Amino acid sequence: MQFVVNFPLFTIVLSLFSGALCFMLPGKAARRYTMCYEAFLTVLCLWILQYTYLNGAFTYVMGEFPAPWGNEIRAGVLEATMALIFMIIMLTAVFCGYRFIEKDLDLSKENLYYALLNLMTAALLSMIWTNDLFTGYVFLEILTLTSCGLLIVREIGRTTLAAIRYMILNLLGSGLFLLGVVLLYDLSGHLLMVPIQNAIRELAADPNTFPVLTISTAILTIGLSIKSGLFPFHFWMPDTYGWATPTSAAIMSSLVSKAYIFLLIKIYWRVIGIDIVERMPIRNILLVLGIAGMVIGSVQALHADNINRMAAFSSAANIGYIFMGIGIGGVAGYTAAIFHIFAHAVTKAMLFLTTPRLAEVSGDSLLFKELQGSGLRDRDAGVFFTISAFSMIGIPIFAGFAAKLQFGLAAVEDGAGWRLILVFLALAVSSMLNALYFVRTIIRIYSRPNESTRMEVRPHHRAGYNVPMLVLTVMNLFLGLFSWVTVDLIHRGLMMFS
Amino acid sequence: MFENLWINGEEAVAIILFGIGFTMLLFQRNLLKKLIGMNIMDTGVFLFLASMGYIEGRKAPIVTNGVLDTAAYINPVPAGLVLTGIVVSVSVTAVMLSLVIRLYKRYHTLDLDEIYVLSKHQMEDR
Repeated sequence: MQFVVNFPLFTIVLSLFSGALCFMLPGKAARRYTMCYEAFLTVLCLWILQYTYLNGAFTYVMGEFPAPWGNEIRAGVLEATMALIFMIIMLTAVFCGYRFIEKDLDLSKENLYYALLNLMTAALLSMIWTNDLFTGYVFLEILTLTSCGLLIVREIGRTTLAAIRYMILNLLGSGLFLLGVVLLYDLSGHLLMVPIQNAIRELAADPNTFPVLTISTAILTIGLSIKSGLFPFHFWMPDTYGWATPTSAAIMSSLVSKAYIFLLIKIYWRVIGIDIVERMPIRNILLVLGIAGMVIGSVQALHADNINRMAAFSSAANIGYIFMGIGIGGVAGYTAAIFHIFAHAVTKAMLFLTTPRLAEVSGDSLLFKELQGSGLRDRDAGVFFTISAFSMIGIPIFAGFAAKLQFGLAAVEDGAGWRLILVFLALAVSSMLNALYFVRTIIRIYSRPNESTRMEVRPHHRAGYNVPMLVLTVMNLFLGLFSWVTVDLIHRGLMMFS
Repeated sequence: MFENLWINGEEAVAIILFGIGFTMLLFQRNLLKKLIGMNIMDTGVFLFLASMGYIEGRKAPIVTNGVLDTAAYINPVPAGLVLTGIVVSVSVTAVMLSLVIRLYKRYHTLDLDEIYVLSKHQMEDR
């Protein structure tokens, strides 16, 4: 056994410990500590990725209790890639956003923000690494609570209201998820993923128990899709992302909702078994809801009068893309879905970290009419906003284009028929709508303002903001130009799942 | 069909409780009633787990009188899951209650629709 196999557990334990430590440190020290330890976690995740790429997936048995009893952690290529990208985004969000955290929060509470952030890191990482359904449930609740905390730290009435709506929807989702886990436990007698799958293989062969299995899977799916914000349940997004402090908005839209989807994909592949899921009617429903989300989210984004609400509705549309990938199904469909998780995480984090800068030079207003010419007043933020907007539209060489290409390829591989036509139509319509509202915004921020709205340009810490943003840009271009590297990683990871 | 429902009476009641709690959490306008609904929903799941974990005629999983046969005892895992679930549910309730207190201090009502209307009128933040 190599030393590396301890790292996944170590990342979780270290995050929990850091949460407690930041609680005691003063604000500034907590911030510096968080930056350092997150950089350290990034290195560990890279190490795990390298190890799993060369040696295959490994399972870490906690307390040396073998399979049917103990609790396990599992790391494969896909989990490691996911953790690595999540940690990089977390790090850039802290680097670019801490100035706004200082502005939005009481100074005495700054360390509590980082304590919550570290607990959230622990929850995200455990949901990625865990091999046990009930551990998944517990950390899912911790993730919900910490994201609620990150939302309400900005004490204005709107955030509390947004938080309570967010929590109500999320609690409905967790309740359903818990019921689904309990039903699966009842059916199979296990909580670890591999023993459940062995039991389910027998159950699925029996036509009497197959409907029960379908219902359990459907309950799990509904629970997790409510939590991640699939189409009919996306209405909490604009308030939540629109009023949160920028770091929270970036992390919640890029990472939190994606972690739920990743858990769903993991359950499909490792608990139920993908061939059994494809026999259920669930994937057609997910395809239709995903496409509805893509179109309706974009239409609502078109009507928004505020740049953050537009970005939030665009997040809803992009969750729709990911569920469309799951709906297309097969290895290609899931590869496209996971690729889009990465592409959207990188792009949307960048978008949510540029809009507050644009607002700052426009009299702290996020309204489009006030933002006129803000790209000229703050050139750095304008350039990075344009890059992320291009990626969202799906202009070649950026990540968004490669993701849309993957969806198209997956749909073709799935075979001809109504599903292929529907996916292509949806891709065309939603790309057009994306282009409409993002190009409109780019034109708006680069057109000359009227004399009356001219604002003064404030000096900024340029390097502290531009370097992390450049990292995100490079990741974006890497996903766009060398998509085959990531696709290969995802493919290997999915093969290790089954 | 109905005999099966009778045999699994506890589970059926648990699912009905879950449904009651779920609809309350979704449709009640009063925030406190929503929270009570959430607790009923969780309790439904716990009842389901506890009744599944109990087998008639077996004892709690503590070795008594030197009997080592596993058939004499019940499985302790469901009880452990219920305990974990209760802890999670309590902490979520605490956080939600603190949010409700905050909202009540600001808007002086517990009706979610009214709060929404009030917050639209108060354009204090942008």
